[in-house]
Amino acid sequence: MNLLIAVPFVVPLLGAAVALLLRRAPRAQRVSSAVTLAVVVAGAVLLLKATASGAVVATQAGGWAAPLGISLVVDPLAALLLLVSSVVLLLVLLYAVGQDISGLSRAMPQVFHPIYLVLTAGVCLSFIAGDLFNLFVGFEIMLTASYALITQALTRERVRASMIYTVVGLTSSILFLTGISLVYALTGTVNLADAADKLGAAPAGLRMVLALLFLVVFGIKAAVVPMHFWLPDSYPVAITRISAIFAALLTKVAVYAIIRTQTLLFGRDDVSVVMLWIAIATMVVGILGALVQDDINRIMSFVLVSHIGFMIFGLALNTVAGIAGVLIYLVHHIVVQATLFLVNGLVRQYVGHTSLRSIRGLTAVSPVLALFFFLPALSLAGLPPMSGFIAKVALFQAGAQAGGWLVWTALGAGVLTSLLTLMAIFRVWIRAFWGTPLPDMLEARAELRRGPDVAGRRIMAVTTGAMVGVGLTVTVAAGPLAELAFTAAADLLDGGAYIEAVMEEGPS
Amino acid sequence: MSTPGLLLVVTVAVLYSGGFYLLLQRSLMRVVLGIIMLGHAANLSLMLTDEAITLPPLLGGPDGAISDPLPQAMALTAIVITFGVTTFLLALAYRVWLGDDNDEVPDDLEDRRIGRLREPEDSS
Repeated sequence: MNLLIAVPFVVPLLGAAVALLLRRAPRAQRVSSAVTLAVVVAGAVLLLKATASGAVVATQAGGWAAPLGISLVVDPLAALLLLVSSVVLLLVLLYAVGQDISGLSRAMPQVFHPIYLVLTAGVCLSFIAGDLFNLFVGFEIMLTASYALITQALTRERVRASMIYTVVGLTSSILFLTGISLVYALTGTVNLADAADKLGAAPAGLRMVLALLFLVVFGIKAAVVPMHFWLPDSYPVAITRISAIFAALLTKVAVYAIIRTQTLLFGRDDVSVVMLWIAIATMVVGILGALVQDDINRIMSFVLVSHIGFMIFGLALNTVAGIAGVLIYLVHHIVVQATLFLVNGLVRQYVGHTSLRSIRGLTAVSPVLALFFFLPALSLAGLPPMSGFIAKVALFQAGAQAGGWLVWTALGAGVLTSLLTLMAIFRVWIRAFWGTPLPDMLEARAELRRGPDVAGRRIMAVTTGAMVGVGLTVTVAAGPLAELAFTAAADLLDGGAYIEAVMEEGPS
Repeated sequence: MSTPGLLLVVTVAVLYSGGFYLLLQRSLMRVVLGIIMLGHAANLSLMLTDEAITLPPLLGGPDGAISDPLPQAMALTAIVITFGVTTFLLALAYRVWLGDDNDEVPDDLEDRRIGRLREPEDSS
């Protein structure tokens, strides 16, 4: 059991090394990367099985006992996110393989595969890290890999986008480091479980300042308003597979870090009011931004910003129901965002871009593609019976239970945002998918069917379909998922099991 | 607090404020310099967490007292990370300079588009 915890971090790193060695044998490289990620998925399944009942498993790397050693911890929340993330990572990798086979992509696969696996390792380490400094290291591994990925297939536009992205990422990392040094100065430890105990005894004012600092640090990475400006400028510019994985995972890892630090370290009501205001601003500003864009990728990026607000809202409630709602929302959103960005990549095949101005009648060109867009889009807008609806109902119920005028305002903002999301989605639907297709789109379709690269395109379409399928699975499995989310949320708010598991796990 | 400690506090304060000032400039070179200063500030503030900062780690001072090695280990890791990413940032700034022949951060595209939307009304 103890070794299993390290699997999601160690295996992708080894896989990256293998992929680097295999850079001259593209086929072997593709197989080895896919196998690596499949192993991570299997490890995540086993971890979820071990923690589904609410148990927390921990191990100490290097055999030093808790506050001194490096703790790796998996609780139901981490296990759930590990599983969803690794499934999405695997599917996006297969999509990228399809793209490479079809020769569509200008990204260099021999560079892409190793960095992608390093990104996987960073994401997984962020989920399993049991102390602040390793959380920082996990973030840095993930971010450094993402800096390298976003500069793939460089054009002038991408240089500018990646510059913004890198500077913003680096700034938040430095603030994170500052936060760590303050926590260490105050408590003499960076171990999350240990610091949770010791911060409880710290003066309330100091705790509040630290809570706010960490909210800013992760808020920048999670793109909450007013720290969201960099996201719509950098994500849509990157190539499809990369913007898909960024939109699905990177902001969510930051949301995970917010959940972890605000529940475990600072707990209860330290910054709840601030978070509610941030949630309202994020929901409304994000969705208004989405309504005025005319590029599908940019619309999706703004919707992403806006829906981060829902998660912050649930977290601000600080109740089991609220946090359970956030977890359901996280799972749903990771899958749906990735799917939509992949679909946009497929759209780009027909028209070469994703600007709404010159796309029409995609339904007639490719009915399957329309279906691939329609299902996750409905889920995103939160129409019943899709997973987005279930997640929102969970959040709104939690809000109604909590009560208070500010919570009701946030609920109102949430309903408004849902309606406006629907409007944004239908705007895309009507302008891009409805009507008679443009002649050159039909030509493009004929060419696509004839071309020598059909096999690769098929893989792309199938993986996108599989992603849609995962989204539907989330909907169908809503019952068990909700059960798991409530277990995880109860664990998070209690904190006792986590602290106990880490502190009592002796040298292994 | 001892004199070296106070000196460090002042240094960290100067580095943070200078770093953020430079970060807000338009020239990418200055932004990179700002990031470097901020990185130093964060690393030094890690060192500041230890009160016995003047003592050597592990080997011990006159009466065997040592400084806390943990912040130093963390600072070492952090230095490597900031150094690596700064190098990457420099390479990117160079690419921007190659493409544009200057290293000014360009205007926001959306901002300019919105500006253009308003212009016809102004002229009519």
